[in-house]
Amino acid sequence: MTTETRSIAVTVNGMRHEREVEVRLTLADLLRHRLGLTGTHIGCEHGVCGACTVLCNGQSVRACLMLAVQADGKEVSTVEGLAPDAQRLHPLQQAFSSHHGLQCGFCTPGILMTLVEFLRENPAPTEAEVRVALSGNLCRCTGYQGIVAAALDAAQRMRAAGQA
Amino acid sequence: MKPPLFRYHDPASVAEAVALLASTDNAKLLAGGQSLMPMLNMRLVLPDDLIDLNRIDTLAHVRENGDVLEIGAMTRQRELERSAVVRARCPLLTAAIAHVGHQQTRNRGTLGGSLCHLDPSAELVAAAMTLDAVVSVTGRGGERKIPFAQFPQAYMTPAIAPDELVIAVSLPLWGRGHGHAFLEFARRHGDFAVCAVAVMLEKNAAGAITRAAITVAGLDAAPVRVAAAERALLGQAPSEALFRAAAEHCRELDAVGDVHAPAAYRQHLAAVLAKRALAEAAARCH
Repeated sequence: MTTETRSIAVTVNGMRHEREVEVRLTLADLLRHRLGLTGTHIGCEHGVCGACTVLCNGQSVRACLMLAVQADGKEVSTVEGLAPDAQRLHPLQQAFSSHHGLQCGFCTPGILMTLVEFLRENPAPTEAEVRVALSGNLCRCTGYQGIVAAALDAAQRMRAAGQA
Repeated sequence: MKPPLFRYHDPASVAEAVALLASTDNAKLLAGGQSLMPMLNMRLVLPDDLIDLNRIDTLAHVRENGDVLEIGAMTRQRELERSAVVRARCPLLTAAIAHVGHQQTRNRGTLGGSLCHLDPSAELVAAAMTLDAVVSVTGRGGERKIPFAQFPQAYMTPAIAPDELVIAVSLPLWGRGHGHAFLEFARRHGDFAVCAVAVMLEKNAAGAITRAAITVAGLDAAPVRVAAAERALLGQAPSEALFRAAAEHCRELDAVGDVHAPAAYRQHLAAVLAKRALAEAAARCH
């Protein structure tokens, strides 16, 4: 069996990238190794931990369970694209900082991207709804309390700013 | 970990996919990838050819044709979850989908993929069994329809030939006054069910049960319809005693134990969940 490759064009955080990739390369490995965007983390490589969660055409997906070739022509959003510029944080990032929503930070990018989609679709969630929304992301450090508080705080700030 | 080497194909049509299947002898079909990609990443499967179905748009649809809901095999679980017509005509499916994995997996996962993967505790498989779904497959020999009772052939093995592709699932719809319930026990929300029960009931104007479907998942290799319990309900008026007696039939189902729960506990869960689900479904009848 020879190594098969394909040319793909993927837009990541608004920037278009053209690459020749092995057909078996996962989207997660494309982002991390070929594009140098190591914010997306690999926790389990079988879809249960959520650390690799990114947005693909606006929908949260497990980057470890998509092939890079399947992202051809699509728009991917990663944690690196959240902050509006080098001086400011996204409201979610600011809230995570304020509420101790992270310790080691390994699960954080996946949780942030999950919450971007969730809050876009549910701008005024209850705590119970936030916990269900986070059920696909595992955190070994925080016990989730700070994450939930951060999510609710960010939701409120984003509603107030009309950003949600 | 990383997938093994394979030849990759992304056909644009069903005909192209069928031709590919017919010309390969060690191929896997890639639908949502939420089950197959983990297996590839862990090298539990080593296909020579991977046939990606995600370019075939004609395979994703939800259509109401009179008393039947026809759902394309590549319809994303997310679409089913949000579908107003599914919620209105087939609320059991809506209820079951809420337990299927997580948002991130439902965004990619498909109905056809879940049915073909045939995990013993899969909620969509249990729902399809309850609804007497009919699976349409196509292959070299043409199209054929498989009643869901015959679809599970063995543990995680559907009764489809290597050259066949599932293209749609038809759900015969019950009357608008029917009641449904889907209950599941899992250690955490979104985990595989240790035991899941799906119930649909219909009553007549006099309040007697005229139709019942009860499925238990998670005990054995595939979900099973509990025919003895269904028979016990027909012609009877709903009552706690009736439901407890009917649910006890679930305790007699074959069950396999594993690290998550021993067999006897699964049987116990089946009886408890069935009793609760029957009450819930009966209350929803109108």
